[in-house]
Order: sequence, then structure tokens, then C-alpha cells
Amino acid sequence: MTTATASNPTSSPAESPVRRAVRGVFTFFNENRSFTSGILLLLALYLFGVLGAQQISPDMADMGAAPLNLRPSAEHPLGTDGLGRDMFAVMVVGIPNTFKIGFLAGAVGVLIGTLIGLFAGYFRGYIDTIFSSFADVMLVIPALAILITVSAYVRVVTVELMAMIVGLLSWPLPARLIRAQTLSLRNRLFIEVARLSGQNDFEIIIFQILPNLTAYLAAAFVGAVSSGILASVGLEVLGLGPQNIPTIGRTLYYAFNYSALFKGMWWWWGPPVVTLAIIFTGLFQMSISLDKYANPRLRGSTRS
Amino acid sequence: MRGVNLSYFVRRIGMFFLVIFVAASFNFMIPRLAPGNPIGAITSRMAQASAGIENGQAMFEAYRKRFGLDDPFYIQYSKYMWNTLRLDFGESLSAYPAEVWDIIGPAIGWSIGLIGTSVLITFVLGIVVGALLAWKGTPRMVRALLPITMFGGVLPYYLLAMLLLYLFAFTTRLLPMSGAFDSGIPKGLNWPYISNVIQHAILPALSIILTSLGGWALTMRSLMVNTIGEDYMLLAEAKGLRRGRILWWYAVRNAIPPQLAHLGIALGYVVSGAILVEIVFSYPGLGYQLYMSIVNSDYTVIQGITLILAISVGLAVLIIDLVYPRLDPRVTYVAESSG
Repeated sequence: MTTATASNPTSSPAESPVRRAVRGVFTFFNENRSFTSGILLLLALYLFGVLGAQQISPDMADMGAAPLNLRPSAEHPLGTDGLGRDMFAVMVVGIPNTFKIGFLAGAVGVLIGTLIGLFAGYFRGYIDTIFSSFADVMLVIPALAILITVSAYVRVVTVELMAMIVGLLSWPLPARLIRAQTLSLRNRLFIEVARLSGQNDFEIIIFQILPNLTAYLAAAFVGAVSSGILASVGLEVLGLGPQNIPTIGRTLYYAFNYSALFKGMWWWWGPPVVTLAIIFTGLFQMSISLDKYANPRLRGSTRS
Repeated sequence: MRGVNLSYFVRRIGMFFLVIFVAASFNFMIPRLAPGNPIGAITSRMAQASAGIENGQAMFEAYRKRFGLDDPFYIQYSKYMWNTLRLDFGESLSAYPAEVWDIIGPAIGWSIGLIGTSVLITFVLGIVVGALLAWKGTPRMVRALLPITMFGGVLPYYLLAMLLLYLFAFTTRLLPMSGAFDSGIPKGLNWPYISNVIQHAILPALSIILTSLGGWALTMRSLMVNTIGEDYMLLAEAKGLRRGRILWWYAVRNAIPPQLAHLGIALGYVVSGAILVEIVFSYPGLGYQLYMSIVNSDYTVIQGITLILAISVGLAVLIIDLVYPRLDPRVTYVAESSG
């Protein structure tokens, strides 16, 4: 990104760093249309939640707040479900909750994965052996199986706890990615220079290696958020997520259990399905865009 | 076996058992670490329920003793590990006299039948679509149609399952809505039963195929891009071979081995991958049984199924790792000392 900006003929050397950063960000969005449209999709959905919250009172999402099984009307734009909840209110409250779980879980997974990957890749030796084997083992065990067992026993109550459990199981993939990159970076010349100039290991990791991993971190984060939302929605559909808090998956769970599909109540299961389709389309677009940076070998072949 | 020496073999087998060990340990620890102590909850629920029954307390004691709940921790743990090693998961809590295996056994069959077949179909279709996407000589008409196969990929499979169910079973009633077969038909190797089973499998299979086809095709495409750039492709062309032969026997043939590795892993995930599809269609496979056991708080069945999931994935990865050097002679573990 910096090289792109430097070679940009319109940028003068006198430009302030802030403006250059803004220009860099702008260039990035302009060059990565798919990333931009993906992030706009997600933002639009989030805005729907935020702006919608001004329109409704959140207790309309409580059970019994409205008459049962109403078709969409002026009063209830998305109808009401079989539990007497206003579907519009449920979506408005549920969408930010689902985002929150996904982003928290992604953040936890990438944070743990990055720390482990950096240290294992940089220090090698027995730390590396232990963590890599553990990551390999954890990669093989299907996370969903552990998640189901955990949630079946813990009976998760809060959005945060849910995010924690999902996040704690999503570190192996980022850890592997970051470790591989760290391994290839640690023997480069600039690391040698940094060491000769007196930086210690931690300074090298933080100031030399970490900045070079930005693209990988972004790609890993988008991937982790995506799998976090997928896993948490899956658990919620099983009825294992936070209870009494509207989330997209929980809405689907109720729709299943009350046979909304067979009662022809499309306004009950439709909105969560469409929402999830938007979320995953957005995340997918962001991730294919970032793959180009994180995996340069794809750059030539994806252009068709 | 070529490409695999004894030390690699032993290490790989050891890794497999480590995976099972860790998975089983999770299974053992989670209930005991969980807040609220579910085992205590179950036994106290039993104690309450049996309060009105004569000798209820004695029954409760016998129950604790039978499941070894008074033993010290390390004895419980080693007993548990020994049972796991023999794939003995004990008795179901909700359908008490039934063994966990009585519930899991038939379910495994349905899961493998439905999802195994779907994965194989997707694998073959993915290779064809991916190959045609990468190949220069693909007719323009076909090329324009191919990206449609990517659409399903953005939806989680259970959502597509719901849509298919709504369109083809609920609205138009073309296909059955749930289950694996109609109860009125006698089981056996006769056509009415088999066609009934196939009809029930179409929608769940379609939802798996449509959502995963895009991914398979995309990987195949990038593998093809690599093989198409190889020198032997130029040679084949220079020899004047027919285009079809060059495509299928030179480009595709050499792009397939990594896809086979994915296939092995995908087959390992057969059970865990489609839990929710089975639930949507009430298909009596492992995923559906898992759901039912969660609903019934049947912890022994939950443990049995999750362990089966871990074992099947571990086994698939193990087999692929050991067989892969045979499939792709470029890969060998013999001279390599990986750390």
C-alpha cells in the first residue's frame, strides 16, 4: 500500500502523513471493489440495526409483546411470530448481537492465534513443537463437536460467554498462518539489521515482524469472524446459544421448533435467512479480496 | 508403502491416538468443569423423582455406584479412557436400557449413505466444473453458465436446505418433507423402498451439493491453472494429441491428487459437516440424533456422537496422509525430516 502511494504521481512529498494515510485507504478501497462492497453490505446491515433501534422499543422483541402469527402490516413491518414477538424488533435487536458474537469470537481467536504463531515461529525449539502439535491436534478435532458438548453442558446465557467459547476454539488456523509467515520472516536481512542495531526479541517481534503481517492478520480476522458467526449461528439453531436474547440463530431455532416453515409463515424464517445470506456474502467478498494480499500466488490466476 | 517409512508411519499413528486422547479428554473434562455440575443435577433430579418411590434412596445409591461417580478422579478418568478405546460409550440416559451404540449405529449408516454420496457427487462435479472453468477451449455458452454453480456457496448449507424444503416440499409438494423413508413401506431390497429412500434423500443431498460445489470447483480451477502452465502440456500439444485427451488425461489427471486429499478430509467431516441439514429434514443420521440427545439431555449419547465425529475426522486425515505418496509420486516423507 505504501509503495502504491509513493509511486502515485499526484502525491507531493509535502503531503501530511494524515492525508497520505487517507489517500492510501481510499486507493485501497478503490482498488479492491469486492472488499469495499463486502464491507458496505455489512455496514448497511449494522446500520439497519442501529437506526431500527430508534424506531422501536426493544421490549417489542419480548415474547407476548404483540399478537401471535400476524402477517406483515403497517403496524408490524415484518409481522409477528408464534411467540408474540414483533419480527422487525427481533431483527433490529438480533443483528447487532450476532455481529457482536462474530467479531468478539474472531478477535479472541486471532489474538490467541497471533500470539502463539509469533512466539512459536520466532523462537522455534520446544515451544514451537508443543504449540504446533497442539494446534495440529485441535485442527483435526471438529470444533463444532466440542462446541456442542460445551454448550450442551454450560447452557450459555450471555452473548459474551458465547463469543468467548467460540473464540477459544478458533485460534489454531490463525496460529498456523502467522507461524508460517513468521518462520519465513525471521531470517530476512532486515531482522538481522534490527538485531545488530540492538533491538531485543520482543522489539523485533512487535516492531519488525508484526507490521509485516498486517495483510495476513486482516485475512485471518475476516476468516475467524466468518467461522465464528457460522459456528455460533449453528449452535443457536440447535437451541444452544444465549437464551432469551434475540440473535439470528435463536430466531431460526424458534422458527424450526414452531414449524414456521410448514405453517407458511415466511416472514418468520425469511428475515433471518436473508440476513445471514447478506452477512456471509459480505464476509466472503472481503475475504477473497484479502486473499490476494495474504496469498500473492493467487494474484495472477484470479484475474479473469 | 512407497514414500512412507516406518518412523513416519509410527509418528502418524501416534498423532491419531493423540487426537483421540485429547478429544476424549475434552469429553471427560467438560461435564466435570461445567458450572452447575450437570452430573450432580441429573442425580439430584433422580433423587427428587425417586423420593416418592419405595427404596428410592437405595436406587439412587446404586445408580451412583453403577456409573462410578464415587470413585476418585483418576480411576474415573482411566476407566473412561479404557471404555473409549474399546468404543464402549455405555448406556443412553434418556432411553435407559438402550446402549448408546443402539442409537448411534443405525444413525451412522444413514449419515454415511446420505452425506457420503453427496460429497462424492460434489467431488466429481467440482472437478468437471473447475476443469472447464480453467480450460481455454471451453465453449462460451458453457463458460457463461458455470459461475452459477458458485451461487450456493455464500449460503450456509442449512439455510439452502430450508429454502429447498420450502420450495419443493412445502409449496409444490414434489418431494417428501422429512425422514429417510415412509413408514408404510416394507424395508428391504425392493424397488418401492429404494426409490422411496432416494426421494427422501434428494433435497438434503441437493442442499449439500449446491452449497459446497463452488468451493470444490474454485480449488480445482486454481490447480488446473498450475498444471496448464506445465511443460508437459506444451509437449502434449506439440505431439498433436486431441484436445479432449490433453484436457482430461494431462491437465485434469495431474490436478486431481490434491483434490483427493480434500476428498478424504471432506469424507471425514461427513458427520459433523451436515448436522444441521439432517435436523432441517429430520433425517435420522448422527446429526439428528445429536440434536435429539441435546433436547433430551442425553449426555452419554452426546459424548458418544462427538467422539465418533473426532475419530472419523482423525481417521480420514490419517489415511490420506499415509496413502497420499501413492497418489502423488511427487510427495514423499522418506527423505524429508519435518520438525
